[in-house]
Amino acid sequence: MRTNGILRVIARFLIPLIMLFGLYIQFHGEYSPGGGFQAGVVFAAAWILFALIYGLDAALEVIPERAQFVLACLGVLLYCFVGLLGVVLGGRFLDFYPLLDSPHAAQQTGIVAVEFGVGVTVATCAMLFFTFFARRKREIDAAETGEDD
Amino acid sequence: MNIGEWLPFSVLVPLIAAPVCALMPGRTGPWLLAFLGALTSLLIVAIALPVLWQGELSYPFGNWPPPIGIEYRIDAANGLVALLVAAVATFVLPWARIINNFEVPERQGIFYALFLLAFAGLMGITLTGDAFNVFVFLEISSLSTYALIAHGWDRRALLASFRYLIMGTVGATFVLIGIGFLYMMTGTLNMADLAERLPEVRDTTAVRAALAFIIVGLGLKLALFPLHLWLPNAYAYAPNFITVFLAATATKVALYVMLRFIFTIFGHDYSFFALPLTAVLLALAIAGMFAGSWVAMFQHNLKRMLAYSSVAQVGYMVLGIALATSAGLAAGLLHLFNHALMKGALFMALGTVFWRVGSVRIDDLSGIGREMPWTMTAFALAGLSLIGVPLTAGFVSKWYLIIAAMEAGQPWLVALIVITSLMAIYYIWRVVEAAWFTPAREARTPVSEAPLSLLVPLYVVVAANFWFGIDTRLSVGGAEAAARALLGGSP
Repeated sequence: MRTNGILRVIARFLIPLIMLFGLYIQFHGEYSPGGGFQAGVVFAAAWILFALIYGLDAALEVIPERAQFVLACLGVLLYCFVGLLGVVLGGRFLDFYPLLDSPHAAQQTGIVAVEFGVGVTVATCAMLFFTFFARRKREIDAAETGEDD
Repeated sequence: MNIGEWLPFSVLVPLIAAPVCALMPGRTGPWLLAFLGALTSLLIVAIALPVLWQGELSYPFGNWPPPIGIEYRIDAANGLVALLVAAVATFVLPWARIINNFEVPERQGIFYALFLLAFAGLMGITLTGDAFNVFVFLEISSLSTYALIAHGWDRRALLASFRYLIMGTVGATFVLIGIGFLYMMTGTLNMADLAERLPEVRDTTAVRAALAFIIVGLGLKLALFPLHLWLPNAYAYAPNFITVFLAATATKVALYVMLRFIFTIFGHDYSFFALPLTAVLLALAIAGMFAGSWVAMFQHNLKRMLAYSSVAQVGYMVLGIALATSAGLAAGLLHLFNHALMKGALFMALGTVFWRVGSVRIDDLSGIGREMPWTMTAFALAGLSLIGVPLTAGFVSKWYLIIAAMEAGQPWLVALIVITSLMAIYYIWRVVEAAWFTPAREARTPVSEAPLSLLVPLYVVVAANFWFGIDTRLSVGGAEAAARALLGGSP
């Protein structure tokens, strides 16, 4: 697919748009349909499209597998950290009111922060799934050619 | 700050520790973190338990008042189960360190992270007061359990795990369909709220279908005969640490959820008198007791033997519940607690043997009693508890079960309990006979006794079997308080 001009041009045009759309869903999730999960999947779709057109190796140079794994864990930890912040500031777990003085702004900040953690984890997990399956095919092929020799 | 504010942290601490654990390199760090997480949970629940015996505690997440927000609502029933889960995790982990270094030598950070997720999932199922939250935690614990089972040393573990995945997903889907029906009919997911609103719509097909879906779905999860087919292979091929943990907790938590739905949400009257749940559960429990014990008598793989025995023991618990009396419910809960102790000890002893011998087939273990006397003595002692010999925990729960059956006017059940106990004597005796009265096979290289670091945790659990056979304040008291809480109405 790397040699097909149409695919390359269209993908190059679409990938930034998909990423932008992912971020749009991410940061409007607190008051419109959307949120971390959807945004993460859309964002990961852009990376997967890149991997399909330019190959898995090129895609893993952009976001290495270890980075995906660490980010997946850090996303959960960001969620938990914001949740615990509510407890530390005298409220309850996932209680956003103590975060800021204005209750409206506090809820908004809390939800955006929590959803960002969700988005990072979902995006990197989707990428990890893709990486594992994509590499699996190559491993099987390698094993088969190895047996023929 | 009162203890109610801290109770959710018995779920949150392992949940937060899991991603940290996944990032940790090496072996000691992840193990220590998992142990500290389990210990924290245990301490929180243990401190809270006396308070729970007086009344229930509630914790609204995000300070959103229930029924809008998700609420944890904890009473004597889920307190007892949560204590059991946390205690099993805490007391098995010291034993598991050497075992896991042998069976799961690589990538232990992820292994312990999965364990922490499974543990947090089980705690979450137990403590939550929200029906949909039950499903979410059920999936958290199930998905991590599938991955953990696949870590087994034998390639058949993959197939066992996949089989459990299919069956478990069917079960979880059924539960979700049932909860969906309830939501459709009442417009709420909070358990207390559901219990209040259900009586108005109880004579509709949707509510009856909801109960049926939930019972079948949870029946799959708790391995109620004939929905137990995933269990023997999953237990037999999982890493030994996971087998111990699952055998002692996973089916118990599923049973607790079933109780919560039957008694708290649908209500005792509706489940047992409007619908023929007694007949169904009684028949399946008795069939499970006999089929499980019968198949266990002919197993060559001892882990499979104990797994089939678990199917039979689940039958005892369901039998107590099916009697639909307060005494029967208490007896079922008591057996839930005691069975975790005996199966935990038995699987730990087998895991220790596997660590030395590399097999748990009965032919390979002939003469092992002379080579590993302490380990096999522990197995035999825990076996006594499984059979139900006086002064053991198993005796106490069977005693209460028999009394409950007599009080319910069904003395023929006593005969069935005694017959299946005799079957347990047979399959435990087979192991004792192979271990002590059969000459060792020449093909097997002689092994030596396990080190103290394995024997001490093993004997702690064996001692618990005798402790709760004599001092029954926690087990019987807890079970009776739990039965009162379940029959009392709101969760």
